[in-house]
Amino acid sequence: MAAAAMVPIFGQNVSDKYDLVPDWTSREVSTGTTIMAVEYDGGVVIGADSRTTTGAYIANRVTDKLTPIHDRIFCCRSGSAADTQAIADVVTYQLGFHSIELDEPPLVETAANLFKASCYRYREELTAGILVAGWDRRKGGTGTVYCVPIGGMLVRQPVSVGGSGSSYIYGFMDSNYKPGLSKDQCLELTAAALSLAMERDGSSGGVVRLASISEEGVERRVLLGNQLPKFSTH
Amino acid sequence: MGLSSHFFSYENHNVRLYKGSTNAAPLPAASITSFTSRKHKPSFNKMATLTVSRPLFGGFSFENCKRNALLEGEANKVGCSLPAARKTGTTICGVVFKDGIVLGADTRATEGMIVADKNCSKIHYISPNIYCCGAGTAADTEMTTQIISSNLELHALSTGRLPRVATANRMLKQMLFRYQGYIGAALVLGGVDCNGPHLYSIYPHGSTDKLPYVTMGSGSLAAMAVFEDRYKPDMEEEDAKRLVRDAIAAGIFNDLGSGSNIDLCVITKGKVDYIRPHDEANKKGVRTGDYKYKRGTTGVLTKAVTPLALEVVEETVQTMDTS
Repeated sequence: MAAAAMVPIFGQNVSDKYDLVPDWTSREVSTGTTIMAVEYDGGVVIGADSRTTTGAYIANRVTDKLTPIHDRIFCCRSGSAADTQAIADVVTYQLGFHSIELDEPPLVETAANLFKASCYRYREELTAGILVAGWDRRKGGTGTVYCVPIGGMLVRQPVSVGGSGSSYIYGFMDSNYKPGLSKDQCLELTAAALSLAMERDGSSGGVVRLASISEEGVERRVLLGNQLPKFSTH
Repeated sequence: MGLSSHFFSYENHNVRLYKGSTNAAPLPAASITSFTSRKHKPSFNKMATLTVSRPLFGGFSFENCKRNALLEGEANKVGCSLPAARKTGTTICGVVFKDGIVLGADTRATEGMIVADKNCSKIHYISPNIYCCGAGTAADTEMTTQIISSNLELHALSTGRLPRVATANRMLKQMLFRYQGYIGAALVLGGVDCNGPHLYSIYPHGSTDKLPYVTMGSGSLAAMAVFEDRYKPDMEEEDAKRLVRDAIAAGIFNDLGSGSNIDLCVITKGKVDYIRPHDEANKKGVRTGDYKYKRGTTGVLTKAVTPLALEVVEETVQTMDTS
């Protein structure tokens, strides 16, 4: 998931030389981002940074990129802010409708397929990389993570990262994740990974937002700048 | 075309239950993946697009945008430039305080490097309890807020309740997303409803943020600097007004695209204070000298008076709106 998309060229040629209005005001808003989702036995842990940028300006330094789609299903958004907000709204509607028809809480796989349907059909027009994670009753009640990157692929993974900052933490994730971690270990792993990515990626920063989803419910947490795990000594 | 219009055409939503499928009812049928709308992104995978062409079906056509860009290019080659759309260079901002919302805006509208309007009104009415500041292309902000205001009034009549800020936010973001950023309206939406005070910032592409303080426009960096320094949660009304006034003033004096006066709008439960102008930060100067000459300065050599026989047919007086 490379860096954010630039704004379409068509509308932007209007007298650039005489522009009192600076360039970054016409850039599209993107969630530069680092997002992560980890499965554990009994639920999932999801995390994201909190930075939204328009060009070089941080439009929102306390963004909440962990969006509820249903009671026990969340999505982590990366890419264009407008595209991901719009898709998340559509899927929330569709999933809510489906759940009422079924008279049952929906499956995470269903939510993931809805995301895939929108992201794949409109793949040329959208810039959206999404992680769908949640808890459902399947197989005795487990957490599941699905990855829907740009282009509209759908794949289930026990642990997944996304966004521009994810490139910096693939190695950390591969070496530190083991199947069978507990919830607290997952939270620590996610917080550490996100801090490392935020340190290195200019488009990620702010605070770390964490959430853990299980049968009991959703627990949300915010780690402010001074509470982040520290790595470098200089 | 396929994307922006069909995402939100819930009226066409056909509920069909597929046997054995875990998917919910699909997006409306006959949605088009139009090849012509492949605007800016380089398409790596030709395999993804279908080769069956279907008839165009509603939605906004962006064809003319390509034509406009070509015309612009050709005009620039010859040496002239097309007239610039009037933009509100602008500093707009909003803040949540203890009892409600304070919205603020400057009053300068520019056309390229020239000030087109020295005292334009950038705080628009949406509903009795919701107001919206607009930055970007002046026509776009004006029309967008009027359209949503009208729809919201109909919606309120239908529900029988005072409209909520979240409703206005959703209507605005869905409309702006539908036009994929071509409507250059960057808005600060604020109001007080049954759930308390709410403040949203809405970007031209359709993304929104719900925050305790927001700034938009070319002067937004200057205004945000003031907010980041002095904002506190649960301020009193006078403190909030002073803070917003200072933030807009920072934009006016440090940004070329913003200027003239400061307008404020204070929204609380059951009351709206539309203060225009709150602060005349830039008064027109008084000339120290006078170029009028006294009668008799120039000597008269000859004088010839010719009376003209005119008949007054009709006299009408039309007063100019100088508000």
